[in-house]
Amino acid sequence: MSSSVAGTVSPTRQAMRRMRRDRSARVGLVVVALLIVIAAAAPLLVRLAGQDATTYHIDLLDPARGNAPRGAIGGASGTHWFGVEPLTGRDLFSIVVLGLRTSLFIAVVVTLITTVVGTLAGISAAYFGGWYDAVLSRLLDFLFGFPQLVFMIALGIVVPARFPRWLLLILVLSFFGWAGLARLIRNQARSLVAREFVEAARSVGSSGWMVITRELLPNLLGPVLVVATLAIPGYIGAEAALSFLGVGVPPPTPSLGRSISDSIAWVYTGADPWFLLFPGAMLFLAVLGFTLLGDGVRDVFDVRLRRTN
Amino acid sequence: MPDLVWFLIRRLFGALLVMLALSLAVYLIFYAIPADPAHLACGKPCTPDRLEQARHFMQLDQSTLQQYLNFLKGIVAGRTFGDGTAAVHCNAPCFGYSFPLARPVTTLITDRLPITASIALGAAVLWLLFGVSLGVIAALNRGRILDRLAVGVALAGVSTPSFLLGLLAILVFGFWLNMVPVNGYVPLTESPVDWAWHLVTPWIVLAILQAASYIRLTRSQMLEELNLDYITTARAKGAGEARVVLTHGLRGVLVPVITLFGLDLGGLLGGAILTEKVFSMQGLGDLLISAVGQLDVAVVVGVTLFSAFLIILANLVVDIVHGVLDPRVSHG
Repeated sequence: MSSSVAGTVSPTRQAMRRMRRDRSARVGLVVVALLIVIAAAAPLLVRLAGQDATTYHIDLLDPARGNAPRGAIGGASGTHWFGVEPLTGRDLFSIVVLGLRTSLFIAVVVTLITTVVGTLAGISAAYFGGWYDAVLSRLLDFLFGFPQLVFMIALGIVVPARFPRWLLLILVLSFFGWAGLARLIRNQARSLVAREFVEAARSVGSSGWMVITRELLPNLLGPVLVVATLAIPGYIGAEAALSFLGVGVPPPTPSLGRSISDSIAWVYTGADPWFLLFPGAMLFLAVLGFTLLGDGVRDVFDVRLRRTN
Repeated sequence: MPDLVWFLIRRLFGALLVMLALSLAVYLIFYAIPADPAHLACGKPCTPDRLEQARHFMQLDQSTLQQYLNFLKGIVAGRTFGDGTAAVHCNAPCFGYSFPLARPVTTLITDRLPITASIALGAAVLWLLFGVSLGVIAALNRGRILDRLAVGVALAGVSTPSFLLGLLAILVFGFWLNMVPVNGYVPLTESPVDWAWHLVTPWIVLAILQAASYIRLTRSQMLEELNLDYITTARAKGAGEARVVLTHGLRGVLVPVITLFGLDLGGLLGGAILTEKVFSMQGLGDLLISAVGQLDVAVVVGVTLFSAFLIILANLVVDIVHGVLDPRVSHG
């Protein structure tokens, strides 16, 4: 009796129900929602604080301590909520929230691109099979074992200086990012292709495109959503890493990774650890929030994902 | 063992093909660029005559295909630029010649490689140990405090970028507690103790982060393994718990762990590059980043291909170990 009742509840409804019961997924959802609001409203928040990310406040620095900010907690005050940047005295709160905006923007765009490309590549490989599948699988193996970070750094030399770096960053991250999803979707779709309903759709004369979009895609939405959510923290980290190495978002656009890189000298000497801690905490929160949410989504859809085959 | 021999030959041949395809792709991408290496080398004032000379000397006046073949030949047999007294030799394996630095790329790489390799290898050993043992402990104490702790470490590890954790470690252990050196690299040949002492923090930082996915994998794999029939059989035959877990259970865990390790090799190199920057060590990453800044194409191409070859070879080794551990792979 109870099973027939459960059968009438739609899978989406069931998923939402499980989501509400999962504590860490709820925490992740709240953190992510908060971060998205902060990132979206960043320019507004900065104006609300009465600051911007570019004005120098030399008067707030202490020349006796190598131009570290005066006062405790990196010079935090009612006007500069997170204190100021050492050496320049720029408002750290503005830099952190605008940096978060940069990070999330790049991560979300890359996730959208890689999800679309990866899903299409994976499904088509499973559906058409043959040499197309063989070539694609080899390509995926190849992209997987590749020292991606080295290549991402190296590509900086190929692209002319006037080409916008944020766009390059998105293209490079996308180029390497779609492989993981494509492989997973290919493997999942292959087992679907052999099922009766796909056979039935084919036998009534549905075109390949129809089978892919009407039969295969709806059955793969769960895994796609899970992988996409779990991919976002990876891209946030990757963007930060490239900016940290000095080959990501160029100044003056605020970037969490670059701020953390700038803080190295102040960490070695212990002169201003807060310059690391504020951007670092924001980056950590962003990655953690999306990871928790992704784990939650995975449990909700009950998808078993293993990195090994 | 003819099966295993065939397996080895097949894999070796496959790896060579991939290297060849990769080198061609990299060469085409990087030599299609607007920045002309000859232009940078020719100095100021750069007359058309001198530019032509520089191009000829650097062998840039030949066709792209010819240049690529020269490059391949250099790796196998070395090459010489120019002739007479002005000739510049680049001994095999020659991964190109950096005219701005006036040194063969291979020498530049071998100068820096020990730093990056020290970080990467030490960290890999540590994380495999950490990851597998914590994963086994978590599986055996399923649901108890140790399990929750291990799963928590795994989550924190997945969520922390390596450079962030590295800087936090410097702040806490290097600066506040003053326990470990905060930066710098000491060659192994100079003083093995100082070498290890300077690398302890980078190793642990990188290992903790990467260990996370190994904890997760080992835990779930071990839980699955312990439910299989042959484990029950082993127990029924009176094998002790330690023997059941360590000899029988662990064998099933090792194969997926090695597969994962093969996939992580590229990431290992990336992690080492980030870590060397955090700890101010001038390794391969530093060489590459400054070459990009100075538009030194030869170094960029050389380092990129060299690291790609390294990963392909390391993957080959992982494949072979995999084949030996799990006979199904080589026979299949």
